[in-house]
Amino acid sequence: MSILINKNTRLIVQGITGNEGLFHSTQMLAYGTNLVAGVTPGKGGEWVLDGKVPVFDSIKLAKDATDANCTVIFVPARFAPDAMFEAADAGIPLIVCITEGVAVQDMMRVRNYLDQKDVRLVGPNCPGLLTPGESKVGIIPGNIAIPGNVGVVSRSGTLTYEVLYALKLVGMGASTCVGIGGDPVNGTNFIDVLEMFEHDPHTEKVVLIGEIGGTDEDKAAEFIASKMTKPVVSFIAGQTAPPGKRMGHAGAIIEGGAGSAADKVKALEAAGVKVAKHPEEIPSLLK
Amino acid sequence: MKLHEYQSKAIFAKYGIPIPKGRVASTAVEAKHIAEELGGRVVIKSQVLVGGRGKAGGIKVAKSADEAEGLAQQILTMEIKGLPVRKVLVDEAAAIEHEIYFSITNDRAAKKPVIIASAEGGIDIEEVAAKQPEKIIKMHIDPLLGLRDYQSRDIAASIDLPRDYWRDFSKIAAGLWQAYLETDATLAEINPLVITKDKRLVALDGKMMIDDNAMFRHADLNEMRDIDEEAPAETEARKYGLSYIKLDGNIGCMVNGAGLAMTSMDIVKLFGGEPANFLDIGGGAGSDKVAAAMKIILSDPNVKAVLFNIFGGITRCDEVARGILVAMDEVKPKVPMVVRLVGTNAEEGRRILKDAKMITAETLADAAKKAVQAAK
Repeated sequence: MSILINKNTRLIVQGITGNEGLFHSTQMLAYGTNLVAGVTPGKGGEWVLDGKVPVFDSIKLAKDATDANCTVIFVPARFAPDAMFEAADAGIPLIVCITEGVAVQDMMRVRNYLDQKDVRLVGPNCPGLLTPGESKVGIIPGNIAIPGNVGVVSRSGTLTYEVLYALKLVGMGASTCVGIGGDPVNGTNFIDVLEMFEHDPHTEKVVLIGEIGGTDEDKAAEFIASKMTKPVVSFIAGQTAPPGKRMGHAGAIIEGGAGSAADKVKALEAAGVKVAKHPEEIPSLLK
Repeated sequence: MKLHEYQSKAIFAKYGIPIPKGRVASTAVEAKHIAEELGGRVVIKSQVLVGGRGKAGGIKVAKSADEAEGLAQQILTMEIKGLPVRKVLVDEAAAIEHEIYFSITNDRAAKKPVIIASAEGGIDIEEVAAKQPEKIIKMHIDPLLGLRDYQSRDIAASIDLPRDYWRDFSKIAAGLWQAYLETDATLAEINPLVITKDKRLVALDGKMMIDDNAMFRHADLNEMRDIDEEAPAETEARKYGLSYIKLDGNIGCMVNGAGLAMTSMDIVKLFGGEPANFLDIGGGAGSDKVAAAMKIILSDPNVKAVLFNIFGGITRCDEVARGILVAMDEVKPKVPMVVRLVGTNAEEGRRILKDAKMITAETLADAAKKAVQAAK
């Protein structure tokens, strides 16, 4: 078992003929993901990846032809909001947006629109999802994780890889890894994923990787204290980050005194979460 | 991107928000001429991208054009919080009856724009929020609908604005909303919005911040960027699509991914070192980008050692290794380098760097310890 994606996931790639889209589609297919279609407006009718995957002009056409139930977006930032609207209007229940650099006002419109629909968005600016051994949707390198019972949820990209790899080195595997992304306004948040892990019979422990900025970790701490029975281990990046400076991610900024790593660590520890001093400490805290 | 007061107020004016008459000057003589044109009392305001200008003595009132020249001269030689003053705004002085705070910003938790208003304007709003939270009014705006007229009236009423001003206030609110929307602002703030003794509403001071991710549709705003106000290395980094922030320590860090870059800084500190910078080379960086990043790190004279931490995903470790070699050849660095390569093509990367006399590390903790040791 797993959350969000498994071997039955039928995936569309939006922007499949672009550099990034094509490279990662190759990787996803090689991993065993059930990649059923690609979408690039104007290239409908072509076939890519050695003739294995058909390309459509629109999501609706792709969905009608393949009965896809998930889409992953690799289009440039200025076109990504439209790609998310299109996927939502076509009724794709799970939309994963990898694209980095989407304007925040665009994301507020997307998020408020999607909230009125029965769809789930993961990202943007995220590495996507990985259910080891079953399906990979996004850009998480497949070979750094093995199947197991640890649920991983993270606002970061490469830091997540670091944690998956540290787990693998001691023989611990992941049920599903969810990268929710580092933007200030995104789709799925920590609480959504924690709730799914809590109800997933295959997930026994959870790792939450946060960073400075915003209050999502604090809300996660409240949820963990009141609703979670499974143990949670955490790491928060940005202990040494100065206030007022955006640390790469649009969301990673300490504003008006709020969102510091110290505050988040305090909130999580108060909720009974073991917080690692560095990511390689996480496996020992899970034991 | 932060805009100066004079830039922000020029945008306000474009959206029909009343601002004082005035212009920006780079010399005391220019300031004098503007003061002569305006006649009467003027305010000389330093234009630097930090708060607390008034407290630092960067805002002064002049009763005559000659006094304006003297004060401008004085302010133009000041530094405020480390930033030299290069420009002053010369505004006609207003006779103030009451000061209001009014802004629109992004509420990331609510995923919506929010209006923040207070009858207690003119001072630091965060101070008001901390000491008298009941004096702060917040109202969310539906991003799909925009600001509704009734919302403006509700705000006006809730900050006890006399009814005579509601119509003008609604126009200002509508203007500020349009300005926020059309510039992709993350903050559009009027502080203070004043009621003058002759019963007008005027935006006396303004501050805008623009979403860097939206610059693709705002070439005009991008030209307003004041690169004098950022560290030259940060400007250089932006040119290469690198995210770099200078810090005060002595261990340079080059990492792929923002979260991992912050973590690498944290772990350096954890083992007793001080990071010299935050630097994210981004995903899929090629050797040219890596070489540029390395030159930027080494341009900081405080750097006594460099830590490379690369977890290859989209980024290929062999590409990074080639970039390191290119940069080393050009810069001929004298400081020790600690390198850790994991993930995509890591072995190939390590092989490329075999003869480069770099200290290698297996784990993140190991790499940080070695970098701290090397910087001593």
